[in-house]
Amino acid sequence: MATTIQPLPDEQNARLQSQYAMTLAQKRRQMLLGSIIVVLLVFIAAFGAEVDPHKFVTNFWKFPRYFFDMTPHIGLSTFYEDVTEWYWGLGKWLKLMAETLLIAYVGTVTGAVIAFVLAFFASNSMAVSGWSKFAARRFLEFCRTVPDIVFALMFVVSFGLGPFPGVLALAIHTSGALGKLFSEVIDNIDMKPVEGLRASGASWSQQVRFAAVPQVLSNFTSYTLLRFEINVRGAAVMGFVGAGGIGQLLIEYVRKFYYVDVGAVLIIIILTVMMIDYGTEKIRHRLIAKEGMS
Amino acid sequence: MNNRSSSQTSLRDRFPELGEMRERYAEAFIGNRRDEVKAYLLIAALISLYVFGLYYVGFTPMMLINGFGKFGIVVKAMMPPDPGSWDNAIVFMRGVIETLAMAFFGTVCAAFLALPFGFLAARNIVANSVIHHAVRRLLDIIRGIDTLIWALIWVGVVGLGPFAGVLAIITSDFGAFGKLFSEAIEAADQKPVEGIVASGGSRLESIRFGIIPQILPVLLGQVLYFFESNTRTTTIIGIVGAGGIGLYLTETIRTYLWEETSFIIMLVLITVAAIDLISSKLRVAIIGSRPV
Repeated sequence: MATTIQPLPDEQNARLQSQYAMTLAQKRRQMLLGSIIVVLLVFIAAFGAEVDPHKFVTNFWKFPRYFFDMTPHIGLSTFYEDVTEWYWGLGKWLKLMAETLLIAYVGTVTGAVIAFVLAFFASNSMAVSGWSKFAARRFLEFCRTVPDIVFALMFVVSFGLGPFPGVLALAIHTSGALGKLFSEVIDNIDMKPVEGLRASGASWSQQVRFAAVPQVLSNFTSYTLLRFEINVRGAAVMGFVGAGGIGQLLIEYVRKFYYVDVGAVLIIIILTVMMIDYGTEKIRHRLIAKEGMS
Repeated sequence: MNNRSSSQTSLRDRFPELGEMRERYAEAFIGNRRDEVKAYLLIAALISLYVFGLYYVGFTPMMLINGFGKFGIVVKAMMPPDPGSWDNAIVFMRGVIETLAMAFFGTVCAAFLALPFGFLAARNIVANSVIHHAVRRLLDIIRGIDTLIWALIWVGVVGLGPFAGVLAIITSDFGAFGKLFSEAIEAADQKPVEGIVASGGSRLESIRFGIIPQILPVLLGQVLYFFESNTRTTTIIGIVGAGGIGLYLTETIRTYLWEETSFIIMLVLITVAAIDLISSKLRVAIIGSRPV
């Protein structure tokens, strides 16, 4: 059966066409207006941030040069000797990198434990009282809004130089960041088990333990692993303010213009970060797969 | 895992026939027990690493008490937040504005620079696996370096000042955006593209009309989100001399001008909260209330 499409009557067609043109024009106008605003803001921002194309162009050659300076001369025939000379401080650097990872680990775990406790108080579904919910939320907000390195700066003053202020700073910032994510997870749990337990006379802690925790644990682990990745990066720069880890050495080398050493240390940091990212991603995928099965 | 073991103990009390069941379905129980042992070993390892870490960083309860005691004095010295003088207040405000300008300019530039690389790194756009793998590894390396380290490098290139900070933000966001954009592009529905190709559109047209309309709201949402997070990052970038309020923050902390420190922190908190509010409103307006 052949079907023919009846053309619309001219009058109706014209109306539709004009409506279409109008909608299109309005959309275009909106787009244009939005673009103009963004461009204007960009120019204002460029002015405020002292963006200087001239300086950029005249100095840009220094950027590749910087990386060129970071790589030592490595000859093919003397490859092994050159590399070992480049990595003269490998033992020291690896030890500091391990310290960095340890700072990140202890900071993440401490922060996650604090977040775990506070998240239940801060959530809508499991909160004990309005007052404690408010207090927990404001506290978490404060912890995550102040950047970890600012905490580190202040803790270095009160705890002295060394890795401990770094751990503490990461822990506090982590508790704020994870606390928010955790409480959102708790808000999304299935409330039926909680209600069931409450109906059979379970206390609040029992409701949390047997109804909420089993539902949220894999999500919590996943978020904690993600935070660990972030904290490894954060711990690597904690040393900039004297809070331990490899950053201390890095900033020293940069300030003394030991380019080759900067390159060597940067490569160690990048490789470690990539390895950690890869490992945690693997674990997270397994967690998600498990979640899907059950 | 804990849950399972405790429910088993309570089960054992209530169901005496559990022993018989255990004998009959031995393999099912052994599987469980092996998983349990593994889990406990893992937890034990994690805890011992944690304890070792605490020991390594020199944690003692006494130190915690002493440190927080000193920190309490610092906090007390911070009250009330006070810029010292009007001149200082104006200097700090300008620092905050500079910070915002750096964050905004950096985010927008990074987004524009990263867009083509996002396409290059997407599997469904560039079929050549060498190219997209190379681009992805490049992005990985860029992301592996923290913004503060980039700032340190750029300070060496263009000298001290906010411009170095802007370049640092552009560089590190470039890596992040490239990855996120390529993921968004890969997640795009292929049917519109096929439709356009089938009706005779060119490759470029299929991207322009098939993919861009799908990913634009997602991309805008991500850019806004990064603008938020960049306002936080730029407040600290001054620690290495790359402009913004962080410079004053470090200076006041190092010279123990605690009332000024708390004034700056307060200023930063208010600014960040305001930016969060504006950007979440904008995000909802652009993409609705779906998560980024």
